[in-house]
Amino acid sequence: MALYIFRRLAFFLGALVASSVAIFLLIRAAGGNVAAIVLGRDASPDAIDALATEYGLDRPLAVQYLDWIGGMLSGDLGRSFRTNESVTDLVTSRLEVSIPLALMGLTLGLLIAIPAGIFAARNAGRPSGAFVGLLSQVGIAVPVFWAGILLSLLFGVHLGWLPTGGWTPWSVDPVQALRSLVLPVLSLGTILGAVMTRYVRSAVLDVMNQDYVRTARASGMTASQALLQVGLRNAALPIVTVIGLQMAELIGGTVIIEMVFSLPGLARMILANVAAREVIVVQSTVMLIIVFVIFVNFLIDMAYALLDPRTRRGR
Amino acid sequence: MSGADNAIEVRDLFVGNGDLTAVQGVSFTIPAGGRMGLVGESGSGKSMTALGIMGLLPAGWHVRGSVRHDGVDLVGQSDRQMSKRRGRTISMVFQDPLSALDPVRRVGRQVTSILRRHLDLSAAEAERQALDLFAQINLPEPARILRAYPHELSGGQRQRIMIAMALACYPQLIIADEPTTALDVTVQKQVLRILDAAVRERGSALLMITHNLPIIAAICDSVAVMYAGRIVEAGPVAQVFRTPRHRYTQGLLRSQPTMDNISFDAGARLPAIPGMVPPLTDLPPGCPFHPRCAAASALCRTRMPPFEGAPHGAACWHPADGAGEAP
Repeated sequence: MALYIFRRLAFFLGALVASSVAIFLLIRAAGGNVAAIVLGRDASPDAIDALATEYGLDRPLAVQYLDWIGGMLSGDLGRSFRTNESVTDLVTSRLEVSIPLALMGLTLGLLIAIPAGIFAARNAGRPSGAFVGLLSQVGIAVPVFWAGILLSLLFGVHLGWLPTGGWTPWSVDPVQALRSLVLPVLSLGTILGAVMTRYVRSAVLDVMNQDYVRTARASGMTASQALLQVGLRNAALPIVTVIGLQMAELIGGTVIIEMVFSLPGLARMILANVAAREVIVVQSTVMLIIVFVIFVNFLIDMAYALLDPRTRRGR
Repeated sequence: MSGADNAIEVRDLFVGNGDLTAVQGVSFTIPAGGRMGLVGESGSGKSMTALGIMGLLPAGWHVRGSVRHDGVDLVGQSDRQMSKRRGRTISMVFQDPLSALDPVRRVGRQVTSILRRHLDLSAAEAERQALDLFAQINLPEPARILRAYPHELSGGQRQRIMIAMALACYPQLIIADEPTTALDVTVQKQVLRILDAAVRERGSALLMITHNLPIIAAICDSVAVMYAGRIVEAGPVAQVFRTPRHRYTQGLLRSQPTMDNISFDAGARLPAIPGMVPPLTDLPPGCPFHPRCAAASALCRTRMPPFEGAPHGAACWHPADGAGEAP
């Protein structure tokens, strides 16, 4: 078990280093002369040099990289060129939108996908199972932004029950903040749920045909008991894996949802800063998201070890 | 109350899926404490007969006929009603213990959950009984094995766990479907001996499904031979094996290696039955064995022979009679 954790941890750290180098180089490659771009066409060479010196952009790439990573590790994500705001402050104010949006979207997705997937598997070959499969296909085919626009038209414009967009911070009015998140979470969650339903269905179908489920029935469980008490724990392994893979999709989905519902979240902030050539802001925030995704996958590896005793041998 | 004296009475059992019929009118009776072997090649319908009795057929398969057991007809019982019997009055040992055990639960839990479900035992009492069971089936270090996962055990140990699960509630009937086929030859005999002793000690009846005739000869008192979904010959083991009446049984017996027919000459072969088992979707008319049978006549090609004779009967128009025909 210790060996397994150590290996996953080593892999986790390796993935972080590799992706940080990739992000750093990609942004440098795309940016050209960062200081010149930030200051615009009319800036004097002296001003450009001054900015470059101030932000250390004239140093060798390796030094810049190590400086950036060192800052990240000590909690300093750098500062904006234009406003000189600390990236840490910029990010934290956005997380109060993005984290609830992503977590609630994921939760709703699972709340839809797990029962729907089990139902579709148990009724495979019957019209009811096929109907759930069809719904899931429709959900997969519908783009998140379109689902968001439709929901906002129905509940926001026609019925007027919920805000169609905008944001009220939690500290000002928590109820209103929650109301602003309902439609975004619904759009994100139903689409994610539709995608996950397919994975849950195939995982459950696979497990239902396993010999050990038949053994459970042969030793006195009804078909439903065998599925819920024996099958589901085994089906959890592939499902948990897919949740990890869907994390990146989920964050991609929040970008679009934040645009559709004009929520001041992390994803929209990144887009705005890409447009403004805020190299440090983009680089640090994207890195934060990468850390988050890789960390979730590390946690999933740990969950795997808890769920599947065969994994613990270290392999 | 003749029904209560028998562990199981199967009458005209049909098992099918749509147009496909894997078991075509199988009938047999196993008295309480009796032991019957069910032999036949792969695809002859042995396992489908067992799963049909247990009500554990894969989705899409259905069963017809009657299966009297413990005063009721198992055919037509709901899954909930059957769940109260499975593992308690009728239980099953499967072929491959690795895939038949839950990979993510400790084997102790898998055994105690049966005891707790059927006998309503406390966790502690169930664990004590599981340890007793492990001792009965000669598992070394029962306390350690109780906490082990299936992948941590050997094949022989896993199959003994399966046997312990099947025996746990002192069932009236145990169905063992090729219980030693997936095991190393060296442990087959040991596992078989343990199964034999434990079944005997409980007085349970045994339905042993195998293609291995020496196993039947060693532990069963009656035998039924299946071919293409039908029982073609049945009777007491000694009579069927010594004076087989159906040509298929004769062929099966002849194709078993014994000390007499083992040859070390290069190119020497065991006598095999010519041809192949016909696919269920394409059974020949008449007796399904006729294309492979040396004694087949015009009658065999057109009409299915009825099963005749008791206690030793066969479904054959030209049964071999007398010891002279035996191999």
